[in-house]
Amino acid sequence: MSTAPAVSHHTSDVRGSAVIGKSVMIKGQIFSREDLTIDGEIDGSVELQEHRLTVGPHGKVQAGVKAREIVVLGTIHGNVEASDKIDIRKDARLVGDIKTARIVIEDGAYFKGSIDIAKPEISKAAPAAAPKPAITNSAPVVSAAAASAPASQLSGDVKR
Amino acid sequence: MLRDRRGSELEPPSLYSPEGSAASAAQPHIRTSNGLDQFFSSIEDRENLSILDFAGASQANVGFITTLGHRIYSNDILRTLDEAFGGEGDFVANQADPQKAGYFLRESLDFSERSFDGALVWDTLQFLAPPLLQETVDRLFHVLRPGSALLAFFHADEKANLVPLYHYRIVEKKTLSLTSRGERKSAQYFNNRSLEKLFQKFNSVKFFLTRDHLREVIVRR
Repeated sequence: MSTAPAVSHHTSDVRGSAVIGKSVMIKGQIFSREDLTIDGEIDGSVELQEHRLTVGPHGKVQAGVKAREIVVLGTIHGNVEASDKIDIRKDARLVGDIKTARIVIEDGAYFKGSIDIAKPEISKAAPAAAPKPAITNSAPVVSAAAASAPASQLSGDVKR
Repeated sequence: MLRDRRGSELEPPSLYSPEGSAASAAQPHIRTSNGLDQFFSSIEDRENLSILDFAGASQANVGFITTLGHRIYSNDILRTLDEAFGGEGDFVANQADPQKAGYFLRESLDFSERSFDGALVWDTLQFLAPPLLQETVDRLFHVLRPGSALLAFFHADEKANLVPLYHYRIVEKKTLSLTSRGERKSAQYFNNRSLEKLFQKFNSVKFFLTRDHLREVIVRR
């Protein structure tokens, strides 16, 4: 865990989505109970069981990833599991094995690995809207403060 | 620095004719493929197979193969070829460099023995020169299970200096959509005899020669 001074940004965000900004690098595990957008660099693992992960165009994820839905505009190196859908956009780059119920690959996307289409799990009701946390971070998550965010947890080193 | 007729600077040419050119942005053309038909007939009524696709991931190929109940492993081998042997020096001569050849084989065929039930290698093999070509075919033999089919295309016009490159997209069991991705020089000309020798470890080799100078080869492991 980083020893950098805690900096917190508490900004209400009606979208209820956490963001890891471009200048943030995290080595470790990320667990989130809300949608997450990654524009920085992650080395480790990312898990959002019932939520959507978006890897932005500047995002670089060197990690195993699990989420309900995954949208890739940047880079992922690692195995990816999306219980609902994975969407690999035009300039994205994904190297790793994919397990998902549905997949969309745009022309121009680069993918290397295997694709296993797994049947969706039974009798999940349409996922409930992600509960909006009392305090939502829309600004880049900076350091240890992120570990205390209500829906997302970080474990590891954060560099900025 | 290259310049066009008006003297404006141009980017150095890639190994392909530019994909973005008006010609390359052409519409895909649809063609029937007997080789593809044979390939899918060989895996008919079977599920949960692993299919190797050298065309690079596309919605069409992923959708078609996974809808049949199979797993697909995708890699854009032409891109891997460029990464390994492009850049400085001659593309074909670079294949004799053991480090570069090793990189290519690691990036394209680093699998355990008998990992796949079928392989769609499309036209990629025709850009490999001996001995790397034979080593690649031997690796394919190694990673395919007995009874597997392998589909490969070889350009059959001996006089052609450059051969067209395509994105191969599966439309149906015997139909392909081809979209141009430029041209490049093939490493050598292949006739039936040379292909039989190339695939001599395999159980059987079958050829289909098409009107557009393409030799479709279906090989059984």
